[in-house]
Amino acid sequence: MMNDQAMMNDQAMMNDQAMMNDQADHAEVHDHPTNQYFIWTAIVLAIFTALETSTYWIDFGSFATPLLLILMTIKFFVILLVFMHLKYDSKLFGAMFYIGLGLALGVYLAALCTFQFFAG
Amino acid sequence: MADTAVHESHAPTHAPGHGTLGHGTPGHGTTTGLSNNKLAMWLFLGSECLLFGGLISTYMLYRGRHAGDPAPGQVFDIPLTSVSSFVLLMSSLTMVLAVNAAKAKDDRTTKLWLTVTALLGALFVGGQVYEFTVFYKEGLGFTTSLFSSSFYSLTGFHGVHVSIGVMMLLALVAIISRDKITGDKAEAVEMIGLYWHFVDVVWVVIFTLVYLIPA
Repeated sequence: MMNDQAMMNDQAMMNDQAMMNDQADHAEVHDHPTNQYFIWTAIVLAIFTALETSTYWIDFGSFATPLLLILMTIKFFVILLVFMHLKYDSKLFGAMFYIGLGLALGVYLAALCTFQFFAG
Repeated sequence: MADTAVHESHAPTHAPGHGTLGHGTPGHGTTTGLSNNKLAMWLFLGSECLLFGGLISTYMLYRGRHAGDPAPGQVFDIPLTSVSSFVLLMSSLTMVLAVNAAKAKDDRTTKLWLTVTALLGALFVGGQVYEFTVFYKEGLGFTTSLFSSSFYSLTGFHGVHVSIGVMMLLALVAIISRDKITGDKAEAVEMIGLYWHFVDVVWVVIFTLVYLIPA
C-alpha cells in the first residue's frame, strides 16, 4: 500500500517536472530580432541623439527642456526594450529592473522634496 | 513584429549553478523555468538604478552651487560629449550583433563584435579622461565646488562602469578563444551585453540631464 503511494508520488513529481520543462521550452522559443532590425533601431537612436545635440546650436526656447526629456525617455526605453530584449523576455526580468528604477525615482523625489520643503 | 526570426537555443551544457541542469536550454531545472543567471543580472541592474539614481539626484540638487568657480555652461564641451555619446550608442549596436552571433554559434563573428564593442568603450573612456583633464586645467578640481564634486562623482562612477565593461568584454573574448566557457556560451555573452546596455542607458540619462539641459 505504502509502495503504491510512493510510486504515485514519484509519478506526480515526474509529471510536474516534465510540465515545467515544457513551459521552459516555450519560454526559450520566442521571436528574436534580426541584425537588420537592430541596425535600424540604432539608426533611429542616432537620429534622436542628433536631434538632442541640435538643441545646443538651435534655440528651441522653452520647448528645449521638454523636448530633451521626451527624447531621453524614448531612447531609454528603446534600448531597454529592444537592445536589452525586455520586450521579448519574461516579465519577471522587467519587474526586477522596474522595481529598482521606481525606487531610484523615489529617492530623487524624496531628496528633491527634502531640499525644497525642509531646507534651512 | 514583422522583422523577426524564430530562434531556439540548444547549447549543450550541464554545468551546475547555471540553471541548466541536465538539459541544453538555460532555465531548465529552475523553479521559475527561467535562467537564474539572467534573473540575478536583472536584479543587479535594478540595484544599479539605485546607485545612479542617488548620484544623479545629488548632481541635480548641487549643479547650481558653484559661486565664483567654473560653471557647467563654461566648461562643458558639447560637441565632444555628443561624439562620445554617439560612440557609446554604436557600441550598444555592436554588442547586440555579438549576442546574435553567439546565439547563431558563430564564434568568429562573436569575438569580432565583442572586440569592436570593447574598442568603442575604450574610446569613450579616453574621451572622458581627456574631458576631465581639460576641466582640471580650467580650474575645476574635485573639491572646487559642490557642482564639481557631484559632477566628477557621477560621471566618474559611470566611467568606472564602462572601464569594467571593457575589461569584461576583453576577458570574454579571451575565454571564448580558449573555449573555456563551461555553461551556455550565448547566455554568457548576453549577460555581459545586458550590463553593457545598462551602462549605455545610464549615459543617455546623464547626457541629457547633465550636459544638455541648462542649469
